[in-house]
Amino acid sequence: MPATWIVLLVLALAVTGYVLGRSRALKSAGGDSRNLHSLPRYYGAHVLLMTLVPALGALALWVILQPLIVDNAISAGLPDSAIPEASTRGLVMSDVRRVADGLDLAVSEGTISAEDAASLRPEFNNIRDRLGEVGVALGSDVSAPVLKAAQEYRRASSTASLLMTITVLAIALLGFGYALSRTNGEFRARNVVESGIKALLVAAASIAILTTLGIVLSLIFNTLEFFKLYPAWDFFFGTTWSPSFGGGSELGILPLLWGTFYISLIALAVAVPIGLFSAVYLSEYAPRRIRSIAKPLLEVLAGIPTIVYGLFALLTVGPLLLKVFGDGGLDWMQAGTAVMTAGLVMGIMLIPFVSSLSDDIINAVPQAMRDGSYGLGATKSETVRQVILPAALPGIVGAILLAASRAIGETMIVVLGAGAAARLSMNPFDAMTTVTAKIVSQLTGDADFASPEALVAFALGMTLFVITLGLNVFALYIVRKYREQYE
Amino acid sequence: MTDASLPEPRHARSLKDVDARTNRRNRAEARFRAYGIAAVSIGLVFLVVLLGAILINGVGAFQQTFVNVPVYLDPAKLDKNGERNIEDIKKVSTFGYNPLVENALLETVQASGADTELDSAAEMKKLLSASAAAQIRDTVIANPELIGQTVEFRLLAASRVDGYLKGRVKREDVTRDKNIDVAHLDLTDKLHDAGVITKGFNLAFITGADASESRPEQAGLGVSMLGSFFMMLVVLGLSLPIGVAASIYLEEFAPQNRFTDLIEVNISNLAAVPSIVFGILGLAAFIQFAHLPQSAPLVGGLTLTLMTLPTIVISTRASLKSVPPSIRDAALGVGASKMQAVFHHVLPMAMPGILTGTIIGLAQALGETAPLLLIGMVGYIATNAPDGLASGFLDPNSAMPAQIFEWAKRADPAYYERAWGGIIILLVFLMTMNIIAIILRRRFERRW
Repeated sequence: MPATWIVLLVLALAVTGYVLGRSRALKSAGGDSRNLHSLPRYYGAHVLLMTLVPALGALALWVILQPLIVDNAISAGLPDSAIPEASTRGLVMSDVRRVADGLDLAVSEGTISAEDAASLRPEFNNIRDRLGEVGVALGSDVSAPVLKAAQEYRRASSTASLLMTITVLAIALLGFGYALSRTNGEFRARNVVESGIKALLVAAASIAILTTLGIVLSLIFNTLEFFKLYPAWDFFFGTTWSPSFGGGSELGILPLLWGTFYISLIALAVAVPIGLFSAVYLSEYAPRRIRSIAKPLLEVLAGIPTIVYGLFALLTVGPLLLKVFGDGGLDWMQAGTAVMTAGLVMGIMLIPFVSSLSDDIINAVPQAMRDGSYGLGATKSETVRQVILPAALPGIVGAILLAASRAIGETMIVVLGAGAAARLSMNPFDAMTTVTAKIVSQLTGDADFASPEALVAFALGMTLFVITLGLNVFALYIVRKYREQYE
Repeated sequence: MTDASLPEPRHARSLKDVDARTNRRNRAEARFRAYGIAAVSIGLVFLVVLLGAILINGVGAFQQTFVNVPVYLDPAKLDKNGERNIEDIKKVSTFGYNPLVENALLETVQASGADTELDSAAEMKKLLSASAAAQIRDTVIANPELIGQTVEFRLLAASRVDGYLKGRVKREDVTRDKNIDVAHLDLTDKLHDAGVITKGFNLAFITGADASESRPEQAGLGVSMLGSFFMMLVVLGLSLPIGVAASIYLEEFAPQNRFTDLIEVNISNLAAVPSIVFGILGLAAFIQFAHLPQSAPLVGGLTLTLMTLPTIVISTRASLKSVPPSIRDAALGVGASKMQAVFHHVLPMAMPGILTGTIIGLAQALGETAPLLLIGMVGYIATNAPDGLASGFLDPNSAMPAQIFEWAKRADPAYYERAWGGIIILLVFLMTMNIIAIILRRRFERRW
């Protein structure tokens, strides 16, 4: 039975449970709800939750675990002789899965009967052609052990699915019966329901932890896998980046890190002065009316998706810079995609980020400090430079660090605007590439996931994650420490 | 005894005369102020330039050049048996329609009186999109009774012709172009004057599917819009309940302990993790580990959900916090349990704020591209519109920003116009969502 039907059945059972639980509680109180411990609907909700939550939890767990367990069992049963020399167990297993899926499809379309699918033999039947008819393309002819494993796979999967249906429905029924049997006038239904809901709330809050855990685990496992194939020393200290999917790649991260930092540096050189001066002007000088118009307009820049900035860099800023610094002008630039292009556009993107964070921080400086400075005869600009900015400095540094972490993690602008060549160069008009751009290019090809050329993306991701996390934690630490001074 | 003398006053003149130092300070003040104004203006100029570039480059995508040709649907070619059997008609491939198109175009050119150096109908056909024959075939298969009649078709012009009339393709460019000659452009001008070639609103760009690399005139954003729609359904369906539940726990119930701290630190860090890292997570967790189908809006939605959750949690907590404690106290005072106080009183009052935050989170997710690249929503041509709920969630599809990225990478500059046009549509969606959020906030948010 497919999972959708199980879910619908359990849902139907749960709704019935609600109605039954409610009426049973009312009946036990003689129809007068004042004699009940809780409101009648809590008795209904109790049965509903007891039916629904454990059953659906078991279903989710089963759906996640079943393929893993079946895979392992079949993989262990696959004889070593079935694995061709140039191949690996993982590749053969993906063949097995594909054949099994193909057989499923063929049975559901009626081109192969269910009994035939279980008893097909490669010597007599041309499996590849017959699966081709239903649209499952196989790379090579199906060998006997693979077919046998595929049939085994189908059998195990269908047994497991049957078991799953039985288990889930049994759990639902058990919950239903147990909850209903406890329902009577004395039962403290509300307390039970509320602690149940609270448990669900805790579970929802834990998803944040699970996400972080998922990120860290998926990065760590694949990175370790990568370091088995490629020495870590060469990755961290190599100065050449030249992946080739045929083998013999050099995967040094230094050129990518250099490109990342160079682009971020230019972006910050654009964003920090403009953002900071805007923040100072808007919070200290601007009349209320101008502030109420200019601030939201600047923040529009932050709401524009990065793909738009990427296209702007590729098609507008790049050609414009090329006209000035390229062949016809100063001849420093070969192509429109360059560090400068990406850096400038990224700087525009970061202006509102710097300005609104600094604005908050400047506003948090107590008015008394301004008044003191004015009282001594300082002008506004002297107050800003000598009193407000020093007081707000830790917060502003925090804001700049947050902007830097944003710049380092930015993807679309550099994918479209910075070029694809990894090089260590000082010329800001050269094309360079970044960590994020290479993650995209290494994982969007047709590469095999097990090759070092694809796995290197996870090591790059790990580096990126560690750097941005470090910057964020440091920035938040500075901001928090500063805030405590005035509270 | 010494002569006590008063010190000489430092300023022997009126305070109203400004001395050099004050002048300098005042000038510094004016300069500083000017820097501020300059910074704000530069920011605003960037905004105007960005929006201007989008509008100027993108408006063209909403216009399309058509060639109006009456085509005689020859029964001898389209339905050899003459039985109007739909299976027979379907057997005629687009190649079978090409001669009809060529004849019709030749006749139209002759009828319009335009003289041209182009001698063959096959040469003239370069004015038309390669999709012209397929367009006629689709019409015939939908209405077999048209066979034998002469039907007025509005065929797509080739992208070079389209670009020429929009000013994107210049005469001097085409000398090196193997798709089209100057003679074609001359003919285009004449036919344009004769009213055979017209420009019209390009509805197909908004509703249509993506097309292959060589037919930019046919490409549309419709299918990827559906992909984005299904992704947003997943994001909304998962991140709103989970986000609200998590915030209620953290804001109303969580005790001050290590576990709560851990969750809070996690949420604030997740909000700052680069989006590409979420793409890696989606790839590793949903595709490598759980074997969900690649390029499916379901996977895209799940990945974006994880990315949107921190945003929603942060804004929901802020709006829960803004409900004054007196509301909770009053509810508890009349005998409600803590859970009842939260769900019956605090949550409804915080709802406008929560919805505003959710819409802003959704708008962010709608424009996000980087994670979608990693789970495979680019690199192929999204031509099939989903035909149901299951296929909408599970069949490979693109999404609006991913489609724009795909167009931006293609070699033909005609696709750049499509990419800009796609951005206009994307920004219209984002603007609408943000305006709804602002209206919600203005109308329903209460201040205590």
